[in-house]
Amino acid sequence: MQMIFQDPYVSLNPRMTLFDIVGEPLLVNGMTNRKERVERVAELLRLVGLRPEYMQRYPHAFSGGQRQRIGIARALSVNPRLVVADEPVSALDVSVQAQILNLMLDLQKRLNLTYLFVAHNLSVVRHICDRVAVMYVGKLVEMADTLELYAAPKHPYTAALMSAVPVADPRIKTGSVELKGEVPSPANPPSGCYFHPRCEFAIDACRIDAPAFREISPNHFVACHRADELKLPGIA
Amino acid sequence: MNNSTPILSVRDLKVHFPLDEGTVKAVDGVTFDVYAGQVFGIVGESGCGKSVTMKAVLRIVEPPGKIVAGEIILRRSVAGANGSQMDDLINLTALDASGRVMRSIRGAEIALIPQEPMASFSPVHTIGDQIIEAIMLHQAVNQREARKIALQMLKDVGIPIPDQRLDEYSWQLSGGLRQRAIIAMALSCNPRVLIADEPTTAVDVTTQAQVLRLLRRLQQDRNAAIIFITHDLGVIAQMADYVMVMYLGLVMEQGPVDEIFHAPKHPYTQALLRSIPTITMTPRENLPTITGSIPHPFNKPRGCPFHPRCEKSIAGKCDQAVPPLRRIGANQMVSCFLYE
Repeated sequence: MQMIFQDPYVSLNPRMTLFDIVGEPLLVNGMTNRKERVERVAELLRLVGLRPEYMQRYPHAFSGGQRQRIGIARALSVNPRLVVADEPVSALDVSVQAQILNLMLDLQKRLNLTYLFVAHNLSVVRHICDRVAVMYVGKLVEMADTLELYAAPKHPYTAALMSAVPVADPRIKTGSVELKGEVPSPANPPSGCYFHPRCEFAIDACRIDAPAFREISPNHFVACHRADELKLPGIA
Repeated sequence: MNNSTPILSVRDLKVHFPLDEGTVKAVDGVTFDVYAGQVFGIVGESGCGKSVTMKAVLRIVEPPGKIVAGEIILRRSVAGANGSQMDDLINLTALDASGRVMRSIRGAEIALIPQEPMASFSPVHTIGDQIIEAIMLHQAVNQREARKIALQMLKDVGIPIPDQRLDEYSWQLSGGLRQRAIIAMALSCNPRVLIADEPTTAVDVTTQAQVLRLLRRLQQDRNAAIIFITHDLGVIAQMADYVMVMYLGLVMEQGPVDEIFHAPKHPYTQALLRSIPTITMTPRENLPTITGSIPHPFNKPRGCPFHPRCEKSIAGKCDQAVPPLRRIGANQMVSCFLYE
């Protein structure tokens, strides 16, 4: 298991060369032969689209997108099966985001990787993920296959989230569902369903009982008392 | 004053930072007009000069940065000789940045909603004290009246129990409330131009939707102009009436929001829009990308700054001179040799 971090400007040690950064997990895992490590690092840099000749340079010589590639090379150095990527593109410029998303998709296919992709950008999530879990104040509220979740959300919070995302098209006006209030503090969550104070569909049961996380249709899980009756808008 | 004359006109503005390593031309010839009642969006990636342009308008560019050329004209109406309203034009670049006139404009006629709500309030003064200070600086009111105005402002931006919040410190407020308090402070002197510099990057999606809705409503109520700076194309599409796209200190294209998103002319705008994943595209397909990355400000390319990354660049032309901003269509302008 390995991790790709959010901010490529703070997740690389400025005093280490690319060889040291990408090679350290190899060294720790027993690849003590320097020549072998050089070869493996060169291979990894090529894999993420960087030139192996850059191996002796320091992170400051690279742009944000290139640094994120270095972070990905480091994560892949020990052949992980699972990669946890915490907002891997949110610190990058728009034109570079697409490059990193393409690289991650390409690597996933080539190396048969599994990603746990943490993000708040719903367009990016839809693009990358097969399956999506929505969280609210420390709990899962809904989980389903991506396209199903986007087309037919079952939890009012998911629907509100979809409505809140600004779509990059002035002809599609978003924001039809307005979510009032604030996210409650996890130290002092509301009773029953954590979402009930902000939910327009809340009934008495929501204030008392925390809804179970149940399978409403094959492979579609939701934690809402009224999931069966509500017809919520999605984004196609 | 009506909505057909610009309230703020920027002409060929250049802001340079002379550093030991060389001169960074952060803004290198930017021209635009902002009208009352308009949301004027500025989009661009890091280093494009969008924030520096706005700092120049407020005359708060940090040294060693300097406005080296251009004009920033603020139009305001003053009472004429026989009681009629006259337009008065002030060139902000000619003013002393810390002089009396500029201080009377900054915060009153042109106000700023900064990017980071946590860093914008002092943690050792209450929210109320800070808003009251701003009001008393610009309006002839006493402490009690200023407090009343501040209270009304907090109410207007939808802060619950405003009289209690007024006496709290910024760190007692959640991110969303803090951002509302900043908006209340910026609006407290009825600015005619409101500059919002990435006002929602530090808050989560549902709070962002609330803040955007609030800004829209306040802007319509007051017929103010908002200059909205962001790198988020989704926010721009939803908020702006008119959009200016910047790259490395220059304007690539400007036009009404619908034209920018549905009929973009500049190859940079086109490529930028193609490269973002949308909620209607087929998932997991490769996104069209812009090759390369944004050049470092010290080695800006010669000619059009975008030409090394441009698919349509014309050898011997784009790498030689910067294309002038020319009008195409009623309200759209583009800086590209393809449209000569």
